[in-house]
Amino acid sequence: MTTQRTSGRRKQALAAAVAVAALLTTAACGGGDDTKDGGSKNGAAGFDAANNKVAQASLVKKGGTLRFGGAQDADSWDTTRGYYGFMWDFARYYSRQLVTNKTEPGKAGAEITPDLATGVAKVTDGGKTYTYTLRDGVTWEDGQAITSKDVKYGIERVWAQDVLSGGPVYLKDVLDPKGEYKGPYKDTSKDKLGLKSIDTPDDKTIVFHIPKANSDFEEMLALVSASPVRQDKDTKSKYGLHPFSSGPYKFDSYSPGKDLTLVRNPSWKASSDPIRKAYPDKITVKFFSNANDLDQRLINNDLDLDINQTGMSPQGRTTALKQHKANLDNPVSGYVRYAAFPQSVAPFDNVECRKAVIYGADHVSLQTARGGPVAGGDIGTNMLPPSVAGAEGQQYDPYGISGENKTGNAAKAKEALKACGKPNGFSTTIAVRNNKPVEVATAQSLQASLKKIGITAQIDQYDGSQTTGIIGSPANVKKKGYGIIIMGWGPDFPSVQGFGLPLWDSKYILDSGNSNYSLIKDKAIDGLFDDYVTTLDAAGKTKISSEINHKVMEGAYYLPFTFEKFINWRGNNLANVYTTDGYSGTYDFVNLGLKSAK
Amino acid sequence: MTAPLHEPTAEAAPSAAEEAAVATAGEKAVQGRSLGRIAWERLKRDKLALTGGVVVLVLIVIALLAPVLTNLVGQDPDAYHENLIDPLFGTPTGSLGGVSGDHLLGVEPVNGRDIFARILYGAQISLLVGFLSAVVAVIFGTVLGILAGFFGGWVDSLISRVMDGLLAFPQLLFIIALVSVMPNEMLGLTGSSVRVFVMILVIGFFGWPYIGRVVRGQTLSMREREYVEAARSLGAGRLYILFKELLPNLVAPIIVYTTMMIPTNILTEAALSFLGVGVKPPTASWGQMLSNAIDYYDSDPMYMVVPGVAIFITVLAFNLFGDGVRDALDPKGSR
Repeated sequence: MTTQRTSGRRKQALAAAVAVAALLTTAACGGGDDTKDGGSKNGAAGFDAANNKVAQASLVKKGGTLRFGGAQDADSWDTTRGYYGFMWDFARYYSRQLVTNKTEPGKAGAEITPDLATGVAKVTDGGKTYTYTLRDGVTWEDGQAITSKDVKYGIERVWAQDVLSGGPVYLKDVLDPKGEYKGPYKDTSKDKLGLKSIDTPDDKTIVFHIPKANSDFEEMLALVSASPVRQDKDTKSKYGLHPFSSGPYKFDSYSPGKDLTLVRNPSWKASSDPIRKAYPDKITVKFFSNANDLDQRLINNDLDLDINQTGMSPQGRTTALKQHKANLDNPVSGYVRYAAFPQSVAPFDNVECRKAVIYGADHVSLQTARGGPVAGGDIGTNMLPPSVAGAEGQQYDPYGISGENKTGNAAKAKEALKACGKPNGFSTTIAVRNNKPVEVATAQSLQASLKKIGITAQIDQYDGSQTTGIIGSPANVKKKGYGIIIMGWGPDFPSVQGFGLPLWDSKYILDSGNSNYSLIKDKAIDGLFDDYVTTLDAAGKTKISSEINHKVMEGAYYLPFTFEKFINWRGNNLANVYTTDGYSGTYDFVNLGLKSAK
Repeated sequence: MTAPLHEPTAEAAPSAAEEAAVATAGEKAVQGRSLGRIAWERLKRDKLALTGGVVVLVLIVIALLAPVLTNLVGQDPDAYHENLIDPLFGTPTGSLGGVSGDHLLGVEPVNGRDIFARILYGAQISLLVGFLSAVVAVIFGTVLGILAGFFGGWVDSLISRVMDGLLAFPQLLFIIALVSVMPNEMLGLTGSSVRVFVMILVIGFFGWPYIGRVVRGQTLSMREREYVEAARSLGAGRLYILFKELLPNLVAPIIVYTTMMIPTNILTEAALSFLGVGVKPPTASWGQMLSNAIDYYDSDPMYMVVPGVAIFITVLAFNLFGDGVRDALDPKGSR
């Protein structure tokens, strides 16, 4: 899944004056005695109190207004089009799916539980047929029942990529690998339900026939892109401005980039929904153009939490860590931050030259540039994030990244350079997004440590909003000579397929919007992915996941920086707060409650 | 015919009677007082301008000797000192942003690079861009201004409209757009030198109309003067009049505008670096340091103060010096 926060330099420039003003105000009202870890006077639950566990569940009072703030609006609130992690998390307020993530902290939060359906799928036909029955009493915001046809229509919308671009397309790839269906807007059948691989024998039953078994298929149905959409309410590309609600809240008002208000959906019945508690009466989101501004509002308790869930920016983080530690959680985000080496750019076609960079890099320095062990995360030693089954964390460290070569091993790097035929080093270019100061800092750190082993790297800061066309285009990467690309990646769903398929499988090398930056074309890796999707038992899946990770690391296609962690703000008034692996270590929004319903 | 520069005031050519009177008062005093001399004497009396001038000189010396000076204190502007950084906050350990005997002005947050060394190297970029872009502007401005003023007619209209256009142009936005599409290598330059080269050219290019207008105005008023008429009637060619009669009289305003333009250019460079389109990392620049410091204004204010003060002092010194030069060179100056 993609990250969102763009604290662009230009925006920063405009906000400099605001920042100075904020400095003066904080100095005046700074200080605070809630630095103890075990709760505090003002009611904050304590440092890490909601990290993989539930904080203050007993203090929830029904009602009140839950106030989100954000530095970035969603890519789209249309369930078909959203790809930002926080959008998926937030969409559960106004959308329901056949199955969804459990509303539980930590690892359990990534498991699947029935939502609209009465149970998880009845899988038959060797993993090729999935059958669900809908619950009684599930309704739209106008009181009409949600039918299996609405679910089918909602899923069909994924096919209409020409109108509804942006969201994940796993369902399309798995249900219709040959691309035969043209999508509901070009559908010639009368009811617009022409997709053959989904059957709706009656209003309560839905049957999926997938041509080739895929062990993660139910994970794909748990994505918000599998939400039902009612045909008469489908406003196509405008749907994201006001999605028709199937959940406990509905859109009241929305002005993109400014604010969003959800109010209770009176047609939603708690009895029909086993997972959503719907504590607050109203949910507001306010968007700011500046991350420092947002952090300040959080610290001042004008807002309860950050909707973007990408962690506080350095300024607010430092203040919060010093004065309001009890309001912070420090979860693992599920992201791996890394540098990729495109093999199309010499000398990175040679594995030894790639190894030279991995050995030569100062991994502690890279970690510090990412924010240090607390705000940045543990040093990354391989490419599989800890939340994914089969991940081994720092246990698997083939290059001694967090061990003996922690601060860079010049001797080993030189050896690798010699084996690569470049004993005196070489020149290359590091490509980095210009709107991510932390990534620029990592690029500079890498540049400094590579200089010591004779590799001269130039840093090219490209427009971060143009990622798909700049580093996502292998032709452009080659033309510009980007030997090192700084990036990060988080799982769409917590499995090796949901994380690594677009990064490592040769079939996913695209002309534009490519994510396989290293251009990995390894038959062994492709084969392992093919095996993975047909392996249905958990132990087998875990084993293959680890094997894929090992193959990727052996190829030295990547230099991992960190298994990312972040510092997340939890407002004083929040209750029943917990982080979930289902949404990359962020808070589970849908069951947040308030302690007092002011 | 003497060049007018060597006359105290060009328009008031001394009459014979006056000359006789002056001669009795003391010949030496009059002959020795060239315009340059008068200006220097006026400048000497202006303490503020002198101070500015001295600071400017010191800055130039510092910039030129940056590698020597940083070696002297044993620092490398690009070396990381992460042992001096608090891993939790990313800010320097120790008071005042990590000021110590080794690190005279402290170290940068996150990477621990020596701020003193980076300020010295940053001075190189600021002054280089400030001076050279002023030179570009002066060359363009003088040549085009003098042509417009001297020839008049359609030449004047054309050049003046171009100047109007350039003055109305959103130059900062243009530079940002231009720098973002610049290649990494150009004319045998790579990395930061490409950016420096482009900045000099572009800042200079957008700066020339300011000088051009002044030069044109002066030329217009001077081309009808008696000494020009005299030269013309004696059969002097256009080029002779342009370069031998007019140009020397334009030296004073040109010098004044150049000294006023340098600080503006330094600020533009800082602004561009602040916006991320200046020199490339790891090259040090004051604007870039300020930009990075935004994230630490609260936790490590020293990091913002140091480059801020450096820019402030430099611009102030140039402005004071420029003001002094203007007062000193202006023949009708009140002082």
